[in-house]
Parts: sequence; structure tokens; C-alpha cells
Amino acid sequence: MSHPIIIIGSGLAAYNLARELRKLDTATPLTVISRDHAGFYSKPMLSNALAGNKSIQQLVMKSAETMASELNATILAHTEISAIDAAAQTVTINDGRVLPYRDLVLALGADPIRLPLSGNGAAGVMSVNDLDDFAKFSAALEGVKTVAILGAGLIGCEFANDLLARGIKPVVLDPSNWPLSRLLPAEAGERLAAKLTEAGVEFKMGVSASAVDAIEQGYALTLSDGSIVTADLVLSAVGLRSRTQLAAAAGLTINRGIVVDRQLQSSAAHIYAVGDCAEVAGLTLPFVLPIMQQARALAATLAGTPTVVKYPAMPVVVKTPACPTVVAPPAIGAEGDWQVEIADDGITARFVGSADELLGFALIGAATSQRQAMAQQLPPVLV
Amino acid sequence: MKKWQCIVCGFIYDEAVGLPEEGITAGTAWADIPEDWACPDCGVAKADFDMVEV
Ligand SMILES: Cc1cc2nc3c(=O)[nH]c(=O)nc-3n(C[C@H](O)[C@H](O)[C@H](O)COP(=O)(O)OP(=O)(O)OC[C@H]3O[C@@H](n4cnc5c(N)ncnc54)[C@H](O)[C@@H]3O)c2cc1C
Repeated sequence: MSHPIIIIGSGLAAYNLARELRKLDTATPLTVISRDHAGFYSKPMLSNALAGNKSIQQLVMKSAETMASELNATILAHTEISAIDAAAQTVTINDGRVLPYRDLVLALGADPIRLPLSGNGAAGVMSVNDLDDFAKFSAALEGVKTVAILGAGLIGCEFANDLLARGIKPVVLDPSNWPLSRLLPAEAGERLAAKLTEAGVEFKMGVSASAVDAIEQGYALTLSDGSIVTADLVLSAVGLRSRTQLAAAAGLTINRGIVVDRQLQSSAAHIYAVGDCAEVAGLTLPFVLPIMQQARALAATLAGTPTVVKYPAMPVVVKTPACPTVVAPPAIGAEGDWQVEIADDGITARFVGSADELLGFALIGAATSQRQAMAQQLPPVLV
Repeated sequence: MKKWQCIVCGFIYDEAVGLPEEGITAGTAWADIPEDWACPDCGVAKADFDMVEV
């Protein structure tokens, strides 16, 4: 019998790959190994779970057991991989067992970036990047009235909006001048801020937190401008860094993520990477749409038909119901200008190149209904 | 009229509302959505939509 395909991780990258693979290949033994519970859940739903009144149990859509039988796979939950031997084609798990693989897929995800905060409360700053984090966060919300959120990016804005459903006041801090500053032109960002403010979110822009101290009730944050903000809880949402340590220790090429080619193969034969840990053609895109494209391509490759991954234009929906927002940022380094149309009920921002071609967009409010039509005019991200 | 939710990304299809921007008119039953339709938010194919009733 051949050695199994081993997938490390049980997030959306791992399980979508496994599902796509099983559509093409029902025979090859498949093992999924994860240091977490290995239940199937939707990570994007974590930032609107409060409004949806979803319990942790409801968020786990399928247990590891159910996934094992649906995928005809061996699933090892609460099992951490401590080393990879690319030459011997084996992985070592934390109890010392060494497992051989035919092909290995790293679907390790990313770690939340932690700001270098001083103060005796810094260790109490939470971040939510998986279901276990969310369970801790939602338990900590009991009786809480204010939450300071570090970072006005996608995740920060989404959690801010979601906390309102619980009657909790979010205070969002960010050194930039408007939320989603890397994705939105000023006018659109300011509208988003205005709408969220109207709904009850407080923004403190142009400042960052330098220290977090535990006080009698909650935390005191010292900001870069010297002012102090107090909150019952602090949530950090300042970005992610691909988990590359395991791959680096195995001698794989690493850059911002685990470097893979268009077939999602790393610098070592029989080792692939997908999802938030992977850097595909220079891109680390921590979103679901690229994961689906990767899963389909790699499933075909593993089933015997070498296939390169292609990315269509991939607009991202920002889950801020107080201000519907869709962004399709232009490629990094793309030359062009934002052309912004402002209406009472929304904003249409087009990022246009020198030949008047659409290279990206941002839609706010009623303008989000143009998403589909505009996405079709965008160039694909990876042809 | 029912609502269906994509289990990967949480996208909700509400039969009563349809998806006018995609040419799916209000009142279109889930069963009548074309098989080659994909989730507009995450790209999961309809055939894989383990949709849950909400
Ligand atoms: C709150 C929130 C909201 C989001 N909303 C959206 C959205 O609306 N739209 C969108 O497109 N994207 C969204 N994203 C991003 C999207 O959810 C992620 O891109 C995606 O879930 C990443 O999946 P993954 O499988 O790569 O990583 P993960 O889900 O992080 O999985 C990593 C897995 O690897 C395992 N692991 C790691 N190291 C080891 C080891 N050494 N041994 C064993 N197992 C290991 C972990 O246990 C885990 O199972 C959101 C993210 C967050 C945090």
C-alpha cells in the first residue's frame, strides 16, 4: 500500500483541499493532522458570530469524526507536527512517532502579529484567529462594556461592528488616517468610519498604542500621542504572519510565506503549501477565495494531473453590516489613480490605469450592488 | 421561502430576495439555481454547498 497524502492543518485550506481531492481520488490514503480540535468551522463567521448569536458548538459545523468519515481520512486531532524530513519523506509528531508520506501538504495558517507593547497588561491583549481564540474572547466578553481594538483593518472593523450587537462599545485605534487604509481611498474610508461611528463605534485614528496596563477594572492603554484610553478588554487585529517555522527548519525556501510555485509545490519535492501559510507567485493572500482556487488546482495535481493555480479577480466582502463594503484592491505596485463617485447612499471608487482600464475598486453602501459587474471587468490576479 | 448559508464563508442566500445583481430574481428557490453557480463570496460550487437552513 502506498504511503498516505498527509495534510497538516484542519482549517479551510486543509479541508477544502481534502474535499476537492476526494472528488478526484477516493483511493489514496489521506491523513489530516492538526494541533487543534480538527472540527470543521468557518473562520470568516467568527467576526459576525456575536450578531448571529452563535454558540461555539454551533460554529463547529462538523466534528473531526464526521470529517473523517465524509473524507474517508484518518484525522489526528490535538497532534502537533514537530519536524519534517524532506529527504526521508516523513513527519515527526509531538509524541515522537514518525509518519511517512507520499505527498505532504502544509496548511498551517498564520499567526496574528503581536505589537511590541510595554506595560503589565500586554499579555492580556487578546487576538482572534481561530475558534479556540474566539471561545476565549466570547467568554471574556461577559459583563464587558468597552473593548479597545488595535487595528482598523478588515478584522478590526468587522469585530467592532459585531460587538455592537452585544451592546458593547468598541474603540478602534489605528495609526493611519481612515479604516481599511490599505484597501480604500480616503473618501471611502471616511464614509466607512462615519457609518460605523453612527452605529456606535468610536475611532481614534492617527494614533497607536504603546503600552497596555492592567488597572482595577480592565486596561489602560497609553497612546502614541500621550493620551490614555481605558477599556474592559483589548483585542489586537493588526495583521497576520504566515507560519513558516516548521518549513524553515526543514530547509524549505521561505520568504513572507512558504514559497511555492504555481503548482503549489515548495522548494522540496512532494511538499506543497496552501492557505495563509503559502506564498504563491509572490502573493500571500489570507482570504478564502484564493484558498478555493488553490484547493482545486492542488487536488488535481495530487490526483495525477499537474495543474497550475489561477486566480480570477477576487473581491473581498467586508462584513460590516452598518456599512456594506466590498474591496478589490489593485495589484501591489499597479500604476493608476482612484476615481471616486460620491452619492448619499454609497461610494463607487475605481482604480483606473493609464489606458482607462479598471484595475481595482472599492464599493460602499448601495454601490456594492455593482460588485459582480465590476469584478468581471477586472484583470485576473494570476492568469 | 428559505435562507441558505454557505458553510465555508457564511454567505446567505435568501430565496425571498434572490440575487438580482447576478440575474437571480427574488423568489428563486435554491433548487432552481443553476448547478454551475458558485458562492459569490468564496467561490465554493453549488454542488458542494452543504447549505444549512437558517
Ligand atoms: C475573524 C476572521 C474573519 C475573516 N473573514 C474573512 C472573510 O470574510 N472572507 C475571506 O475571504 N477571508 C476571511 N478571513 C480569512 C480566512 O478565514 C483565512 O484566510 C482562512 O481561514 C485561512 O485558512 P487556513 O486553513 O490557511 O489557516 P487556519 O484556519 O489558521 O488553519 C491552520 C491549521 O494548521 C494547524 N497547525 C498549525 N501548525 C501546526 C503544527 N505544527 N502541527 C499541526 N497542526 C498545525 C492549526 O491547528 C490549524 O488547524 C477571516 C479571518 C479571520 C481571523
